Amino acid sequence: MGAYIVRRLVAMVLMLIALSMIVFLIFNALPADPARLTCGKSCSPQIIEANRHRLGLDKPLVNQYSEFVTGIFVGRTYGSGTATFDCHVPCLGYSFRRGEQVTDLLWNRFPVTGQLALGGFILWIVAGVSSGIVAALRRGKWQDRAIMGFSLIGYSFPSFFIGLLLVFFIQIKWALIGFDGYVPLYEDPVGWFKGFILPWTSLALISAAFYARLTRNQMLETLGEDYIRTARSKGLRERTVIGKHALRAGLTPIVTAAGLDLATLLGGAVITERIFNLNGIGNLAIGSVLDSDLPVITGTVLLAATFVIVANLVVDILYAVIDPRVRLT
Amino acid sequence: MSEAFLDVRDLRVQFPTEDGVVSAVDGVDFSVEKGKTLAIVGESGSGKSVTAQAIMGLINRKSAKMTGEVYLDGEELVGARPEQVRSLRGKRMAMIFQDPLSSLHPFYTIGKQLAEAVLVHQKVSKQEALGQARDMLARVGIPNPERRIKDYPHNLSGGMRQRVMIAMALLNSPEMLIADEPTTALDVTVQAQIIELLNDLQSEFGTAIVLITHDLGVVADMADDVVVMYGGRVVERGAVEDIYYRPEMPYTWGLLGSVPRMDTDRGERLEPIPGQPPSLIRLPTGCVFRPRCPYHELVPGNRCDTDRPALDAVTPEHSVRCHLEPAQRREIASERLAARGGDVLGGGAGGDGLGATRTATATMAAPVQTEQATTTTPPTPVPADQPTQEDQQ
Repeated sequence: MGAYIVRRLVAMVLMLIALSMIVFLIFNALPADPARLTCGKSCSPQIIEANRHRLGLDKPLVNQYSEFVTGIFVGRTYGSGTATFDCHVPCLGYSFRRGEQVTDLLWNRFPVTGQLALGGFILWIVAGVSSGIVAALRRGKWQDRAIMGFSLIGYSFPSFFIGLLLVFFIQIKWALIGFDGYVPLYEDPVGWFKGFILPWTSLALISAAFYARLTRNQMLETLGEDYIRTARSKGLRERTVIGKHALRAGLTPIVTAAGLDLATLLGGAVITERIFNLNGIGNLAIGSVLDSDLPVITGTVLLAATFVIVANLVVDILYAVIDPRVRLT
Repeated sequence: MSEAFLDVRDLRVQFPTEDGVVSAVDGVDFSVEKGKTLAIVGESGSGKSVTAQAIMGLINRKSAKMTGEVYLDGEELVGARPEQVRSLRGKRMAMIFQDPLSSLHPFYTIGKQLAEAVLVHQKVSKQEALGQARDMLARVGIPNPERRIKDYPHNLSGGMRQRVMIAMALLNSPEMLIADEPTTALDVTVQAQIIELLNDLQSEFGTAIVLITHDLGVVADMADDVVVMYGGRVVERGAVEDIYYRPEMPYTWGLLGSVPRMDTDRGERLEPIPGQPPSLIRLPTGCVFRPRCPYHELVPGNRCDTDRPALDAVTPEHSVRCHLEPAQRREIASERLAARGGDVLGGGAGGDGLGATRTATATMAAPVQTEQATTTTPPTPVPADQPTQEDQQ
């Protein structure tokens, strides 16, 4: 088990290295000139060249990349002489556009994304899994049809549409919730909740629909298993048969999907953050792409990738925890 | 009949499907006394397992229609509230299933699955329930039960798993036990051990056993009475000697004739029953066995096609559902017996066929057990001392 985790972590580092190289290459293949972007309208070729030199963009790509990697572990200093910027460890680069170090940007933005993702995640898991169970137990009855019909609607709507509907009706038309946006929890819990409830709901509605379907199918499959019959033959109460025997057996695919979904979301809920104007990683990523801000793009991509890879590892470990037949080797 | 512990009367189970109503069980009657074993035999799809599950209340009442009466120690179960039947399940009546691997939950330890059965019906602590589980595992012949309760089903061999299933069924000392093909998934040596175990446990606890099988050797080893089912109906019912020595129903003759025997010439061919078991959706109007029966022409006036034969008593204990005249049946049966060298099942020329089968199984079982006592042998693929769970780092 320990050896397995170590091996997976090594693989994860290798993947991140490969990924950062790809991002670097892609970005250099683009026509945008980062040096040109460092200064405004009245920009002379001399200044551009000077900035290019200062940013190290005149060096070969290999050197740029090695400096980037060095920066992560020992930090780096941009420029020379009197005009220098220090970028402390771990340095994922410095955004001249925003005048901030990438790690600081990510660090400041992450809480919003994290709270958005976690809240939405909890909401959709609870709603999705429980309605899936109900649908499975009431198979063919009106409850099943209602849940499945509703989930089909939720499933087929794009997230921006549901988000916009919520904004239009709840914030604008009925004015139930203001446009205050993000307020930290420790400052104003009620305001915090008001700021998050709509984004959570819009995230949860779509995913809950998917989880309701998944859970229903899983439950229907496991309820037909022989060991469920055995559980009943022991005289177990129906509640135990379903909650303990059937659900546990049907859990594996739900855990897999949930782990990866949460990870993806932690890397930035681009559309939801944009609609509800939450300054999280997703908004940062969009902004940096529009600005061709290479260091920030690299940073957000690597962060998102790390989440997905770690989630994969966690899911695999959970697999072995749930199903004793799975051996991690 | 009055002291019967389990009494099944006119039990019917129907499943509505898109193609029509499937009558899986169509008016089944039988009863079992305490300490006795009743075997239900028949081909796949004859309604054996559905009958068993109906008795246990394991048929989903939403998807099936169930009528008739099932009395367990005088208590009627078909019309009873599900909660009441549930409280009897696992306590007064228990069931052993056919495939022990798929019938045990793959994600829970043996100990946990056993203790669960104790905890539902007895007010004891978890520790005590685990203790009972351990004791019962030892009782059914599982070596090193202390370790085994921490194992998962996939760590055990097939025979061990079936023992676990038996232990699970016996935990609350049920008075009635239904064993649905308990030995089908096992190899022959293990089969013999399991049968011996069930026989021992029955003499110890006085359990009424309903044994569902298509293995007539197992029936000879265990049963007191036999019910032969075909197409969801009982076609012949009697003491085991009646069924083996004086079978009266063409289907029973066919079943007995298709049992391979050690003492016949290799050249002699087994006689399979021609044709397929009937579809339970549109059963023939007359006798269900008519399409496969080689003797229906002997019955005058096509009665086999038009009239459903009743289950008529030959003797008070022996009934048969057939339009052939009793004299005709006896004549054909004795011809067929003679063709099989004295008795239908086999054993010795003209000798006690039933006894011979019993001893045959017993002698087959004996060397295995002595072998086991001396060395670790192949029949139990998981030796007791082998670490089965990978040590976690």
